[in-house]
Amino acid sequence: MALLEVKQLYKRFGGLHAVTDVSFSVEPGQIKAVIGPNGAGKTTLFNIISGTFPATSGSVLFQGKELQGKKPYQVAALGMARTYQNIKMFSGMTALENVMVGCHVQSSAGFLSSMFRMPWIWREEVAIRERSMELLTLLDIAEHANTDASSLAFGQQRAVELARALAMKPTLLLLDEPAAGLNIYETAEVGRLITKIRDLGITVLLVEHDMSLVMDISDEIVVLCFGEKIAEDLPAAIQQDPEVIKIYLGED
Amino acid sequence: MKRLLPILPLLACVIGIQIVCSGTDTLYYLTQMTMAAYYSLLILGLCVLMGYAGQISLGHAGFFAIGGYISAGLTTHSLVPFKDNGLIRFLDSTGLLLSGQTLYGEELLVISPGLACAVAILSAAVIAVFIGIPVLKLKGHYLAMATLGFGIIIYRVVLAVEYFGEADGISEVPAFPLFAGLSVNGNFGDRVANYYIAWGVLLLGLILLLNLIDSRVGRGLRGIHGSEEAADAMGVDTARFKLQTFVLSAVFAAVAGVFLTHYNGGIGPSEAGVMKSVRYVAIVAVGGMAHLWGALLMGIVLNFLSLRGVFGSYDDAVFGSILIVIMLFAPNGILSISFRHRLTRFFTKGKQEKGGGA
Amino acid sequence: MTSELFIQYLLAGITYGSIYAIVAIGFNIIYNTTGIINFAQGEFVMFGGMIAITLLQFMPLPLAIGLSVILTMIIGAGIEICFIRWLKAPSVLRLIIITIGISILSREVAVHIWGESIRSLPYFVGNEVSSISIFGARISPQVLWVVAASALMFICLGIFFKTTSVGREMRACASNRKAATLCGINTENMVTLSFVLSAGMGALAGCVMSPITYSQYDMGTGLAIKGFTVAILGGLGSSGGAVVAGLLLGVIEAFSVSVVPLAFQDAIAIAILLVILFIRPQGLFGSKEASALKEF
Repeated sequence: MALLEVKQLYKRFGGLHAVTDVSFSVEPGQIKAVIGPNGAGKTTLFNIISGTFPATSGSVLFQGKELQGKKPYQVAALGMARTYQNIKMFSGMTALENVMVGCHVQSSAGFLSSMFRMPWIWREEVAIRERSMELLTLLDIAEHANTDASSLAFGQQRAVELARALAMKPTLLLLDEPAAGLNIYETAEVGRLITKIRDLGITVLLVEHDMSLVMDISDEIVVLCFGEKIAEDLPAAIQQDPEVIKIYLGED
Repeated sequence: MKRLLPILPLLACVIGIQIVCSGTDTLYYLTQMTMAAYYSLLILGLCVLMGYAGQISLGHAGFFAIGGYISAGLTTHSLVPFKDNGLIRFLDSTGLLLSGQTLYGEELLVISPGLACAVAILSAAVIAVFIGIPVLKLKGHYLAMATLGFGIIIYRVVLAVEYFGEADGISEVPAFPLFAGLSVNGNFGDRVANYYIAWGVLLLGLILLLNLIDSRVGRGLRGIHGSEEAADAMGVDTARFKLQTFVLSAVFAAVAGVFLTHYNGGIGPSEAGVMKSVRYVAIVAVGGMAHLWGALLMGIVLNFLSLRGVFGSYDDAVFGSILIVIMLFAPNGILSISFRHRLTRFFTKGKQEKGGGA
Repeated sequence: MTSELFIQYLLAGITYGSIYAIVAIGFNIIYNTTGIINFAQGEFVMFGGMIAITLLQFMPLPLAIGLSVILTMIIGAGIEICFIRWLKAPSVLRLIIITIGISILSREVAVHIWGESIRSLPYFVGNEVSSISIFGARISPQVLWVVAASALMFICLGIFFKTTSVGREMRACASNRKAATLCGINTENMVTLSFVLSAGMGALAGCVMSPITYSQYDMGTGLAIKGFTVAILGGLGSSGGAVVAGLLLGVIEAFSVSVVPLAFQDAIAIAILLVILFIRPQGLFGSKEASALKEF
């Protein structure tokens, strides 16, 4: 069974058709990419999948469960994590604390037990802290653990955001333009990282602009244009697809 | 444990003040310190709501009044006419009622302060839930106006309902016995004990909130403040957390109301006034919104000065000015780093210019 | 209820309603140009009435009112220039707290100048007991002054926004401040102007209502809450909506006298405010589409 199934998704904003009849599925263990020119509806698609806003019609199945009508925090609790194109750090919190928020769904302390510091809260806190440190180490930013996250360099913030998403122990990770704003070396680094994440057993769905990154790491690619799916195939086949080439290189 | 360490010097200060006041025969200062401590309890709760959950409330005096008025009403209004009611008989048999005599020798039967306190706090919590569910969906101006409206309604209710004493409020509220012979009251002889009760309650509240801030829940709340969308995507149920914080702060306000009412032996409608709510917001803002220690410090200092009558007839004007000045020049509070930077820069620049002139 | 009594209530409702509408339009003017809800809006009304009452000792009534309106406009400009203009991208919370602070300070200034006593301007025509008959109901001629002044302000404001170039610039500023700046409009001055306009309207309302409702240093908060209720009810930013909603609230309040105890009169507006915020924050006449762009 596919991990994620998107079926006949439509989204309209007033008269604008942002997403029109998009269907595809993501198999477990895959790295799947959604590409397309600016305004193709890629981020809209992500926002619908992660529950930020509802689709006009259509359905999204995650592990066989309908996600439409669920709020983002409920989708997160089911095991789907995401990052943002324009990084959304929790300002005023350290990098470590940011990642610790990511452990939210994996822990259970409530208002009263937190206030009274029950013994099991102690143990949970220690576990959360250790796990968050491990993730920061994995992403090579452990030395910035106690720096205010919003004062870190752009690339480092990306890493913190990724660590934060991984802290959720997701089954599926949505990456919204993970290479945006990075130079070629950093982009290549992100590529290796995504492969490493896949090897941890996490399925990855990414939206990306950077063709080289997508071609290198994806197992399958969906191409969107003006909200419609125009192709879905292996990277090699996509590279040969005349319609995709037309979109990316323009018509003469 | 690190976060709790600053409590030790604070405790030393509290004890030091008592010793100095007892030694110099200035015990009357302790009265205002006691009252300031109770107000500060409310302010701590509001600080978590405003600074950490990012929700403004211009109606917290309402929750204070709910706590104080319900506790006062239940412990002063005689139940003698309802003596034959089944519920009253049941409460009487469980020892939850107090009987005695009024000054005029009439028979008196009232609800015990312990039960009254529980009812008062529970009422505040329930009302907070019912108000919070719709109100917390609002943002910015709308939230401010809605909570202001709630505060005004409570003010109107206590002013108009006979049970709450209308414009006179409720007086002759009995003492609230706690344990081991301690009781919350305004008696001369119990002043030192009450000073410690108030500070005990305040410090307990502070510890609970410090624990909360440095926990999964606290991180979730701060996350909401940092980026609500991202917090949501991390699995933080933002609506629920906001509501729980709202209820928590309402409970803190109600506890403050109950204790202060028993300490003062009464409560009047001015406690529910809009100005009170605004004043609490002002103090939280001065302390730096997301800064429990700042809120505590400012809560004690400003309330103490105000209760001492230092500001005279300019009391409200002082708090109004504080609000404006802080929001104009130090929106993160006077303890914030950026403000201290600006301040030092301002003064060093002034010196340089002076030096240049000379 | 007799038909005379009915008309009596109705006219009372319209009187108060038109004042609420003017306060609400004051909110709207500032909200439209800045996105700020000015919590000190009610204080403009208070200043208008109080200053006119003081000036009346030295000059005839029309002059006192005129001068009072001008002085209040200057106060409005002063407030904007001192407390709002130079803030760089202030947060909503900050603006709320600042305008609340201004409201408190204005009240405190008023109480230290004029004391806590209740004052009023004399009736413009006749006195407390003179009345005219409309459909059998007897009302004070002052009521006509209030309604006429409100209507006049509403119409003049409409003409100002539609036909004058400054009015058009203010509307441009309202619909997109950045774009207006790029077109060479001095948006900062437009914001000051919006405070001046809204202060002037409030002051005039404060003068015409003073003989009936009296003036007191702390009348502002109640009026602000009611004005805000009306502004929300009519859809924030819409002047036409404010008029309809204002009259509606005024009439509801007037007719509720027979049902709701006097002490809870003020609570009616607040209850309506809370209900409308909970179920329809875009207002009775606002569209859902447009309100999706606003931050509730």
